[in-house]
Amino acid sequence: MTSSFIHPSLIMILGACILPFFKEPFRKPYLVLVPVLAFLDVLYLSGHAGTYGVFQFMQWKLTFGRVDSYSMIFGFIMALMAIIGTIYGLHVKDDWQHIAAWFYVAGSLGVIYCADYLVLFLFWEMMAFASTFLVWFNKDAGSLAAGYRYLLVHTFGGVVLLIGFVLRYQATGDLSFVQLDVHNPQFYTWLIMAGLMLNAAVPPLHSWLPDAYSKATVTGAVFMCAFTTKTAIYTLIRACSGFEVLIVLGVVMAIYGIVYAAMENDVRKLLGWEIISQVGYMVAGVGIGTSLAINGACAHAFAHILYKGLLFMGAGSIIHMTGRCKFTELGGLYKKMPNTLLFTLIGGISVSAFPLLSGFVSKSMIIAASFESHILWAGFLLSVVSAGTFLVAGLRLPYLLFFGESRCPAESFEKAEDPPWNMQMAMLIAAFFCIVIGSYLPFLYDMLPNKDVTFDPYTAYHMSETLQILAFTALGFFFFRKWTAAEATISLDLDWFYRKGGQAFLWLAQKPLQWADTAWGMAYRVVGMNILMTTAKFWSWFDWHGIDGVVDGTARCVRAIGRRVALTLQRGQIQQTIYYTVSFAAIILFAYVWL
Amino acid sequence: MIANLIDYLKERLRLVILFCYVGVAAIVVWSLTVDTHHAHTWAEKAIPAFWGLFGFCACIVIIFFARWFGKSGIKIREDYYDK
Repeated sequence: MTSSFIHPSLIMILGACILPFFKEPFRKPYLVLVPVLAFLDVLYLSGHAGTYGVFQFMQWKLTFGRVDSYSMIFGFIMALMAIIGTIYGLHVKDDWQHIAAWFYVAGSLGVIYCADYLVLFLFWEMMAFASTFLVWFNKDAGSLAAGYRYLLVHTFGGVVLLIGFVLRYQATGDLSFVQLDVHNPQFYTWLIMAGLMLNAAVPPLHSWLPDAYSKATVTGAVFMCAFTTKTAIYTLIRACSGFEVLIVLGVVMAIYGIVYAAMENDVRKLLGWEIISQVGYMVAGVGIGTSLAINGACAHAFAHILYKGLLFMGAGSIIHMTGRCKFTELGGLYKKMPNTLLFTLIGGISVSAFPLLSGFVSKSMIIAASFESHILWAGFLLSVVSAGTFLVAGLRLPYLLFFGESRCPAESFEKAEDPPWNMQMAMLIAAFFCIVIGSYLPFLYDMLPNKDVTFDPYTAYHMSETLQILAFTALGFFFFRKWTAAEATISLDLDWFYRKGGQAFLWLAQKPLQWADTAWGMAYRVVGMNILMTTAKFWSWFDWHGIDGVVDGTARCVRAIGRRVALTLQRGQIQQTIYYTVSFAAIILFAYVWL
Repeated sequence: MIANLIDYLKERLRLVILFCYVGVAAIVVWSLTVDTHHAHTWAEKAIPAFWGLFGFCACIVIIFFARWFGKSGIKIREDYYDK
């Protein structure tokens, strides 16, 4: 390893390992220090492009540090989000939660800087396992099961990815993590793409996301909403840009997510569906594959991490302070949590692409790229989703949480107030960056990988287009808002197949298989035992009378003969004994000489 | 402070709504004056306030499609997976 290269993941992992040794008053400064160090490391690396951390492992070359324009922007935002997420969770006393979150961040940074599939797989699985603990640490009912579902789905995805790159290695002898061949895709190409797509929550491999994120700890969900899907987008950009199937899947994903978000009753599930919808833009951008579209996917991932983190922090604050997570049990909270309202609104209008906020300068790049590439249907459908995004995240979400009548149980409403200072501080930082990205274009645009294209979101036409969509969506919501009211329901999704499939398997195990096992046990007791006992009795008899009879009989026979011989030959008269002995010796001598 | 501002606005709700209508109208009027040579398709040039209509229709389609979709059996009782 080059002396000037320290992997940011290493800082997070070492930091996590020695965290338990720090006690207050040093613990909180240390918690902030570690992600700040990782962030500074990422900044340092951004000024030193190149390939570092190359090891020879058996016959494979492992590359841990590929620093280029793609890894720079993603490394920057992941490390920044690690700082924000850690500050948000500063009040959490359980060290294990911080350790899991930091290992998760380390996994994400490891994937971003790696340059071959072996290292990628190592960090990919580190992310999956560490993030599962962020679900398990939540003590709510259902979190344990949700964590297992999350882990099983991601293990499946990991195996698909593993099979994909191993088959590719077998076919080409190449393990390097580079762009796959668009024009000549093989079976392994689709496997690798499917493995990466599962982490990006591309339908039909998406159900894990709202399921797990709504069951994670309040702070864990803030980390999860940032890292898994956007790391997957990074890998898709690196390996699968230009695959047209991704345009279709991305648009389907954007629509699917927004429709489910419009029906949702759980605040973090709604935000989870919204992630799927927004990541749909990025997947479509990767599919379009032009310089502008790839820049758009990178920019949107960057902006998305901040505003979605902000929304999850706002939702988490409400859950933390009220203990409620359903719209049917919330509402009217603006009096109690005004600062949270402000931050959530900034997140909501950022994702809705209001001018001067982050979504406006990133999302429009992807829509513009689809129009420029003459994929009009994608451009128009993504514009429909823009309206839907404002409807769901900018209007429905704040309306159901903060306005309208309070559906909160009295004791939850009474204890509601703005969250602790550290949670507000984290929201403030994220809100600040949402505004900076939208208002000061060079901050984000200078980091984008393709320098050959320029994009100006603040043209009069684009402003008028956006403002019209936003204004009329608001009008539509105003007229028809009662049709978007929350209902105490859940929505069936494709996870039905494995959740009900799992229950069917359980039923199969408990009912027919258990019955067969019991029946076999009964049959064995009734029939088998009798047969066994009878057989045992027979063998016992046989042993006694047969085997023992022969052995003992022989012994008795020998003893009887011996007694007869002794009685006949050894009568105690010396002359007879000499007579028998001499006669016997003479017979043997005679036989020896003459025979 | 924020709560007070919201209470203040809620007390004058009709006026706030009126201002919003004026705002929407202003956006439409402004959109008619904007140079459309950056437009992606002919429809945007031909139909005045195209994106306004588009946004309104999109909003309604999503609200009612989600409602219909939910009622068609997708929305189900909360303990569905528990029992």
